[in-house]
Amino acid sequence: MGEVTALRNTPTSNADLFFSFNWLALQGFGGVLAVVQRELVEKKKWLTLEEFVEDWSVAQILPGPNVINLAIMIGGKYFGWRGALSALVGLLLVPTVLVLFIASAIAGVADSQAMQGALRGMGAVSAGLIMATGIKMLPALKTNPMGFFACSLLAIGTFLAVAIFRLPLAWVLLTLGPIASLWAWRCIRKKESV
Amino acid sequence: MNIALDLHDWFSLFLHFVSLSFLAVGGAITTAPDIHRYLVDEQHWLTHYQFTSSVAIAQGAPGPNVMFVALMGWNVGMNAATGMTPAPTMAYEVMLALLGMLVAMVGIIIPSATLTFFSTQWAHKNRELRGVRAFKSGLAPLVMSLLVATGWLLTGNHDNYAQDWPMWALAAATTVIVWLTKTHLLVLLSIGAVLGALKII
Repeated sequence: MGEVTALRNTPTSNADLFFSFNWLALQGFGGVLAVVQRELVEKKKWLTLEEFVEDWSVAQILPGPNVINLAIMIGGKYFGWRGALSALVGLLLVPTVLVLFIASAIAGVADSQAMQGALRGMGAVSAGLIMATGIKMLPALKTNPMGFFACSLLAIGTFLAVAIFRLPLAWVLLTLGPIASLWAWRCIRKKESV
Repeated sequence: MNIALDLHDWFSLFLHFVSLSFLAVGGAITTAPDIHRYLVDEQHWLTHYQFTSSVAIAQGAPGPNVMFVALMGWNVGMNAATGMTPAPTMAYEVMLALLGMLVAMVGIIIPSATLTFFSTQWAHKNRELRGVRAFKSGLAPLVMSLLVATGWLLTGNHDNYAQDWPMWALAAATTVIVWLTKTHLLVLLSIGAVLGALKII
């Protein structure tokens, strides 16, 4: 464990959490997730890639806006409820002001062809950002106790169910989730008994 | 749009977002269809145009996706103010709009945030438990795949590849660039906006 902690930084204070999440939110066009991985894992190194994938899974499975869940988890891990609140407010304060400002500023031109085109183009880029975030998590699966093959099967099954067959997300998570967790539980038990 | 909201209506609005807060598995955007059903079709507190432009603006602006809920609350408050006789002052209008935003945002965020805080504090204290580790490891491949699926679904509607292929090309190029390089995300988004505004995609 000593080696892992040496490679990792931690937020220094509630203010650090507040401003870090503030900065994240400001960069996050079309969602904050892609930026979270880049800033918190690659730049600040508050989380290893494996921790990020695990925390992100939990943030996703719990109800609520998932980046907000992640902010609460990370803030809460270091500074309890004060940390969670700092990260949450940091994430929401400036975007709220900005979004109201933008909404009133473009109220007149929102229908124009150029504006709609620009929103379309930004939409395609943010879709690409989200896909890349998923692909970048691949290396973290190598250390998964279920092994790479089982992980690939689960990932392919999830993609087919959600993207191709368009099944409701809740169904997919409630069937594949327990199967995957039980399988992981078995694999961990087997490894520990050796 | 002219509507009148009494105290009971404000409370119903709040409760609706509270219930959605617990249903928003996989992100706030998954509750958008139900918000439309309630605010636009059932209560007529919001126009369809206000609904769609709230989603589009929140997607194009910095910040979490959930900001679309803030904009909708703001619009409901504005609509309530314009429905008043005699017409209220501008300051009063803005106050009602802010109230709408606050009601919607507190409703959708605080319940799930509280649940997340307490359950993850527990899970963090018990992170060595086999059950907790199995839950996290088991879900990891699902979540990774969900992200790719979400990006896939957001790229465009999937019924007109002949017309939409430039969008797909842009999304694919972005995926590769973000994966392999450290190009700043704002640079990529600006390129997308310019390409879109010039009708290249």
